[in-house]
Amino acid sequence: MGEMSAEHVSENYYDVLKELGNIGAGNAMTALSQMLQCKIDMQVPQVRLLEFSRVGEVVGGEEQILASVFLGVSGDISGSMMFMVDEDSARHLIQKMTMGMLPPGSEFEDMGLSALQEVGNIITGAYLNSLSSMTNLTIIPTPPAVSIDMAGAILSVPAIQFGIYGDKILLIQSQFRDDIELDGYFILVPDLESYSKILTALGLPIL
Amino acid sequence: MSEIIKVGMADLKTCVSPNGVTTLGLGSCVGIAVRDPATKIGGLAHIMLPDSTAIKNGQQNIAKFADTGIVELVRQMEKLGAKRNRMVAKIAGGATMFTFQGNVSSTVGQVGLRNVEATKAKLKELAIPILAEDTGKNYGRTVVFYPETGDFHIRAVGKPETVI
Repeated sequence: MGEMSAEHVSENYYDVLKELGNIGAGNAMTALSQMLQCKIDMQVPQVRLLEFSRVGEVVGGEEQILASVFLGVSGDISGSMMFMVDEDSARHLIQKMTMGMLPPGSEFEDMGLSALQEVGNIITGAYLNSLSSMTNLTIIPTPPAVSIDMAGAILSVPAIQFGIYGDKILLIQSQFRDDIELDGYFILVPDLESYSKILTALGLPIL
Repeated sequence: MSEIIKVGMADLKTCVSPNGVTTLGLGSCVGIAVRDPATKIGGLAHIMLPDSTAIKNGQQNIAKFADTGIVELVRQMEKLGAKRNRMVAKIAGGATMFTFQGNVSSTVGQVGLRNVEATKAKLKELAIPILAEDTGKNYGRTVVFYPETGDFHIRAVGKPETVI
């Protein structure tokens, strides 16, 4: 395989991630609805390629508080993945998970955080499973880490990884609703070698 | 009327008193506030990565890296009339946003720390003293810098605002 030029990489890279994002998000929502044992309606995910400077406004401002689950990926490919929801959606999901043990408006206690970690585990697991079965690659997620903080601060982590390739970040926004409307965001960042492995596995030319 | 100029991620801006500069939600990135007290010219850089030379493919956005970003900020301030030998700096950010059990993914975990180290090294090389810092830990920070006083305001979720 030839040396990949930066420009080719950024264009192909984002296109492929976009397609994978669409399918992955669909699978993730199916898993979520099974876990919560309720019907979840999902809109077609929006996949957006954004300049770093614009990511904040899309998720409601850099200071918008988001709950996020972040994990590393190993096996045939390496990289990382993140799932984020806004604070209210996070509360709602925890509420459902714990059968109402976290009253609205209360602090995220340890139990809330571990429930969130579990939600993240299931959602990202389903996402990665679909990626794995499409590509026939072994993908092993690491245990996730949770952070509830300002959007800008949380997004700096995947942005830094995208920053190695260019000045844009690929954000997959999926809107879903059970009793209330929830906004969830996915970010998948395979490293450069993994990217060509994914392309090859999908039968796409590298250049 | 004074104005607060916003600096995005991988971005830098200069300003002159009474205006200020701000950047919202610094995570593992580092915010570098520089000021020339005599002219009250200031600036803020929001860098994401420590070292531009570690990246193979040519990158145009010099504000993204600690090494090139700080040099560019100083250059733009000098253009406005600031003098490098009077410049002083304050820095914030470089947090570790996610803590993994075990020693997984050290590159992700350490980037905040490496950003802070690269920032300090570059400021030292340019002989710009660091008067104060609020770096590391595990939370995001919003910062506002006023070249009039040199006050660097730092806000974090669930914490009182501090001034360094």
